[in-house]
Amino acid sequence: MSQKEKLVVIGNGMAGVNTVEHILKLAPNQFDITIFGSEPHPNYNRILLSYVLAGDSKVDDIVINSYEWYEEHGISLYTGETITEINSETKIVTSDKGTTISYDKLIISTGSNAFMLPLPGADKEGVIAYRTIQDCEYMMEAAKNYKKAVVIGGGLLGLEAARGFLNLGMKVDVVHICDSIMERQLDRTASKMLQEKLESQGMNFLLNKQTEKILGKDRVKGLKFSDGSKVDADLVVMAVGISPNVQLAVDAGIEVKRGIVVNDFLETSVKDIFSVGECAEHRGIGYGLVAPLFEQGAVLAKKIAGVDTNPYEGSVVYTKLKVSGVDVFSGGEFIDGDNTKAIKIEDEFSGIYKKVLVRENKIIGAVLFGDTSDGTRLMQMIRNETDITGYEKAAILKDPDENSGKGSSVADMSDDEIICGCNGVSKGTICSVIKEQGLTSVEEVKNCTTASRSCGGCKSLVSDLLEYTIGDEFDKSAQKETMCECTDLEKEEIVVQIKEKGLSHVREVMSVLDWKNEEGCSKCRPAINYYLGMVNPKQYQDDSTSRFVNERMHANIQKDGTYSVVPRMYGGVTNPADLKKIATVAEKYNVPKVKITGGQRIDLLGVKKEDLTNMWEELDMPSGYAYGKAVRTVKTCVGEEFCRFGTADSMGMGIQIEKRFERLNTPAKVKMAVSGCPRNCAESGIKDLGVVAIDGGWELYAGGNGGVKLRKGDLVATVKTEAEVIEYTEAYLQYYRETGVYGERTSEWVERLGVQHIQDILADEAKREELCGRMDTALSVLKDPWKEAVKSEKIQKDLYEVIEAK
Amino acid sequence: MNNLKSDKSWVEVANYDDLPVNSGKTVRFKEKELAIFRLTSGKILAIENRCPHKDGVLAEGIVSGEYVFCPLHDRKIDLSSGLVQKPDTGCVTTFDVYVENGKVYIALLEKSEIAS
Repeated sequence: MSQKEKLVVIGNGMAGVNTVEHILKLAPNQFDITIFGSEPHPNYNRILLSYVLAGDSKVDDIVINSYEWYEEHGISLYTGETITEINSETKIVTSDKGTTISYDKLIISTGSNAFMLPLPGADKEGVIAYRTIQDCEYMMEAAKNYKKAVVIGGGLLGLEAARGFLNLGMKVDVVHICDSIMERQLDRTASKMLQEKLESQGMNFLLNKQTEKILGKDRVKGLKFSDGSKVDADLVVMAVGISPNVQLAVDAGIEVKRGIVVNDFLETSVKDIFSVGECAEHRGIGYGLVAPLFEQGAVLAKKIAGVDTNPYEGSVVYTKLKVSGVDVFSGGEFIDGDNTKAIKIEDEFSGIYKKVLVRENKIIGAVLFGDTSDGTRLMQMIRNETDITGYEKAAILKDPDENSGKGSSVADMSDDEIICGCNGVSKGTICSVIKEQGLTSVEEVKNCTTASRSCGGCKSLVSDLLEYTIGDEFDKSAQKETMCECTDLEKEEIVVQIKEKGLSHVREVMSVLDWKNEEGCSKCRPAINYYLGMVNPKQYQDDSTSRFVNERMHANIQKDGTYSVVPRMYGGVTNPADLKKIATVAEKYNVPKVKITGGQRIDLLGVKKEDLTNMWEELDMPSGYAYGKAVRTVKTCVGEEFCRFGTADSMGMGIQIEKRFERLNTPAKVKMAVSGCPRNCAESGIKDLGVVAIDGGWELYAGGNGGVKLRKGDLVATVKTEAEVIEYTEAYLQYYRETGVYGERTSEWVERLGVQHIQDILADEAKREELCGRMDTALSVLKDPWKEAVKSEKIQKDLYEVIEAK
Repeated sequence: MNNLKSDKSWVEVANYDDLPVNSGKTVRFKEKELAIFRLTSGKILAIENRCPHKDGVLAEGIVSGEYVFCPLHDRKIDLSSGLVQKPDTGCVTTFDVYVENGKVYIALLEKSEIAS
């Protein structure tokens, strides 16, 4: 029989589950825990939902606690089940599915719902809120069939939703009742700058508009405003605010104002019932942000576990807009008043605006636009009510680091204070893990606590905590980006050592350079293998066990364990015979999906690993390397041969480049393109190397990227002949091969080294010649891996065979 | 091992020498799919061929020491206990292995003591 107390949590969101996590740490065996959640998912990170909508994350990526986690901790989880009644007399809760459970302690963490404006027509199809995974999925689905979205609400959530729609290829209008956006977080200057930035990304703003009516028959067709104007819409998202979910508490006779009223220990008006998160109202304030709910959760956990705790006295909040390419930060008070003074920087050239608001010599708030790197530090000063008498005013906006004792600000923080907002890790947790496990690097803290594992914004604070916790032993200069946790060395040092000591095997590198794990890990092994091959292309024997599966198998692994096969198709040009061959093979091996890739190649998806080598043999085409940290494709437009605007033979040039560099190993994948004119139909502006034909010559653009880090390439050279295009490309790629960190795309590499530096290298004839020489050597040893595999029975057996045991 | 051998249902899966060093091999047996690994140390270990996180096929992971890294999202898994390493959580079923006269046998009854 269980002697444990029964703890029931209503709500499976960030607040409730975070509280439970704390309780498990404080008193792992004290409670039988049951959690109810209305949504059909395990606990997920709602703040990252906008990344899902923006297409940067998948739903699965934002799950905080998997089902296994609940199981492991003996928590009974009811998803898709809503508690409909609390009986505080009998201490029993009842769900909509008829489940009844008794409790000793009850936490209400029902969060909030998106607030829906009660407009005429708000019940039409296509009018939704933006709040849950379901909303998010609905929006993504709708984007496939509809073209025009309208977001009502120009606040944080509305703008993130609007940005998501742009990413989904929809047109989007943002309707806002005020004349400036995010007015609850930003002053006019910052708001204006933000609006311009978002407009440049394609957002359209309808400010000073009050919606009167939603138009349409069954499905929404548009909006009508109070000034008589109208706008078309296929989809309307209301993002005007949240309303705490309190009905359950009201029915149970718990005191509710706007939210469920709680005291400084998160107790409601009814004994043994607590409330935390967005549904709660503390000292008249309901919070809609993540940091406060973690702070509340920490206090509540201690209260419930019977551990002494300081009261929760409210939170100073800050917000960041999670829209890629736009850095906005706002914390504390931000509107100038009679008794406030401001320190401001406004740089119209760089689009940077920073304002720090000061009252009675104390920092009370800040707004940052364009560069938010000061955010966490300023937030500390706001929370600590730092007196800035004696500070040089202009220095407040600069990082004071080095000699001024930077670690001291974390000293003042309480143990409950949240360092990592994404994963809810407190100062206390980080410090005790550092002490208990003797950690010395940010990387180790990340691995042990998950702090700074998501957005990385708290890295500097974690570093400060290390310094503060272990004192002099913490060598900040040693906090370089080491290759992985197996070593204290960084890339450059490893490459130097490989050259100096003449190292020639992965294992040798690890043992000579004192690796902490004898056989390394999945991060260092592929990197070392690459560096060894780069330094000594002729002598080095590639270590296939140190290659990521895609490169070992020479096919792209898919989520279900099947592979995709992409034959090489130089310049994206093919012919009927090859097409027939591909079609025949696809049919013979029942390839479930045939797709054209973004790089203009044919992708055969869903191939079983046992079939790979046979398919390659029958295709009898070179590998397209669509899986490798290698040169992948050279995309082309049709160019002068067919296009009425084309000024040069882009297809021919693309084929030449691809033939020259196919199979070349590089620090990360390399995608190239050749456009026959500045119209850039081959998208040369966002490629690792983009070649654009101009009248009488060619322009070379470096470091472009259409992926996660969207970046426009920089013009690094203009040349006259096709031979020069090849020569400069050789020098460029070889320089990237030699100086790039394994895994670093050219977009990051160009920014790290500086565009000017790369221009200088390419302009230097002697350097170019050396680089091209080394490139020749590197290219001379490459062989087609598909042919090798088809020839070698051993390769087929070792890598592609599946044992059928009987 | 010897005393264990009598009370398990062992299935012959491969010749020891045929297994590539430091990489995984897929084995299918009825409904089950396993990944077996011949480590640098010479030891052979067998686990279920699915990562508890997103079903990644572990046979294709990078092997380091007695760990395999899932090829899908880099979860690090202890091949002898089946435990997913911190900060991630979860556990993969492991299987006993027995080598005799150059043949590799796997106990297709699941180890009961995992993760305990």
